[in-house]
Amino acid sequence: MKIIKLHSLRKALIFTLFALLFILPNKLYSQHQGDNTQHETEKFQPGPFIFNHIADAYEWHIATFGNFHLSLPLPVIVYSKEKGLNFFMSSKFHHGHVEFKGFKIETNQESEYKGKIVEILADGSVVRPIDISITKNTFALFFSAFLLILIFVSVAKAYKKNKGKAPKGLQSFLEPLIMFVRDDIAKTSIQKNPERYMPFLLSIFFFILLNNLLGLVPFLPGGTNLTGNISITLVLAVFTFIITTFVANKNYWKHIINAPGVPWWLKFPIPLMPFVEILGMFTKPFVLMVRLFANITAGHIIALGFYSLIFIFGEKSIFAGYGISIITVLFTIFMMMLELLVAFIQAYVFTLLSALYFGMATEEHH
Amino acid sequence: MGLVIPDFGLLFWMVFVFIIVLVILKVFAWKPILNSLKEREDSIEDALLSAEKAREEMSKLKEDNDKILAEARQERNELLKEARDIKQKIIDEAKEKAVLEGNKMIEAAKLAIKNEKTAALDEMKQNIATISIDIAEKILKQQLKSSEQQKDLMEKYIKDIKLN
Repeated sequence: MKIIKLHSLRKALIFTLFALLFILPNKLYSQHQGDNTQHETEKFQPGPFIFNHIADAYEWHIATFGNFHLSLPLPVIVYSKEKGLNFFMSSKFHHGHVEFKGFKIETNQESEYKGKIVEILADGSVVRPIDISITKNTFALFFSAFLLILIFVSVAKAYKKNKGKAPKGLQSFLEPLIMFVRDDIAKTSIQKNPERYMPFLLSIFFFILLNNLLGLVPFLPGGTNLTGNISITLVLAVFTFIITTFVANKNYWKHIINAPGVPWWLKFPIPLMPFVEILGMFTKPFVLMVRLFANITAGHIIALGFYSLIFIFGEKSIFAGYGISIITVLFTIFMMMLELLVAFIQAYVFTLLSALYFGMATEEHH
Repeated sequence: MGLVIPDFGLLFWMVFVFIIVLVILKVFAWKPILNSLKEREDSIEDALLSAEKAREEMSKLKEDNDKILAEARQERNELLKEARDIKQKIIDEAKEKAVLEGNKMIEAAKLAIKNEKTAALDEMKQNIATISIDIAEKILKQQLKSSEQQKDLMEKYIKDIKLN
């Protein structure tokens, strides 16, 4: 009974997604065709093109046919002191061309809020409201979280069903990865009670891996640059930092404040070593954050750069565009392979370093 | 620059979603998965250990069997050897006894023969003596039929006596 229920739920979900994809955007945007005719004469600019793809957005752009933009509108949730809590779909902005309820998407290239929703004050100046909109990345985050839970809860069920037996299906695909995280990451890095950190390590490993891989899928629900977004990597790194700091034992703090084996004049009267060590506490998660962000963003930039080549050459001559597209496709395939590898490596490195930090924080004096 | 500045909205949702994911996965996924993995590993290890133990026991049993078999064989060989020895001994003894008995019998026979011979000889001597006496008697009777002859013989004897 349960299986049937889950199955129908899945079907309903897929149906809804398709409905959103095809019906909603058409309905919402069909009346705005020809809205921006000036775009046609504009030259292709690879910079903005790439950065628009990498950055977050209030709508999920799927494709552009001439002047018609096919995109999935997403909910906007903003709170300002004057206007209170506002909740509406991003389609009200008409791709950033129109104001709505005194809010607009900042289009001014010079503004520090460029591309973000701003509140227009009475004097014409703009301020940033508290903005917790379901943006493209937030939506992708929800989707991947849902997928992650769906996958692993069903795998856990499979474990209960095949108790003591060999793994089957998805379970047998994920088991080596789980074992890898447990045996090669947690157990080798953490001496004292590695099982304690397993839920967190497995969660970040599969969260990063899944989102890295989803980022490589070029269409909805993939294609977002989620693990290449600094906010996401920041939260992950902060979790690692918080856990490291909370589980840290006396030995760890002693090493920071009064590192043994270091000449005394490095600690007194100017506490140089403690300063460096305390700085190290923060640089570790900072580096985690930047590494994941930079690697994934770089991958996206390179792939988009190759695609841009087609349009740059296509502007000169349509044949040059077609010609270069062969090279682009070849390069992109190569990059895709590399990015697949990077997706695994980055998930591994982030998890391994987190585990190492936990291991270092709980290491006993010897 | 927008790329490297964290966005509040996304931060908020990420913290919210990630904590939920962490808790749900911890309770409904990681715990059962890790537990059953451990259980399975333990059971496999147990099975391997017991198999190893069983194999050891088997080999020990086989060793014992071999030992017992070897002992039995040895015993059989010893028994056979002993039997052969006894047989040989009995035969030898019997032979010896037979020879001894034979010799004894031969001795007895010889003695009997000797005795018989002596007896026969004695008897023969007696008989010969008797017969000789008879013959002599008869001869004498024959020769001394006449008084002349008796006289002649007497003379002869007397002559002889004289000489002596």
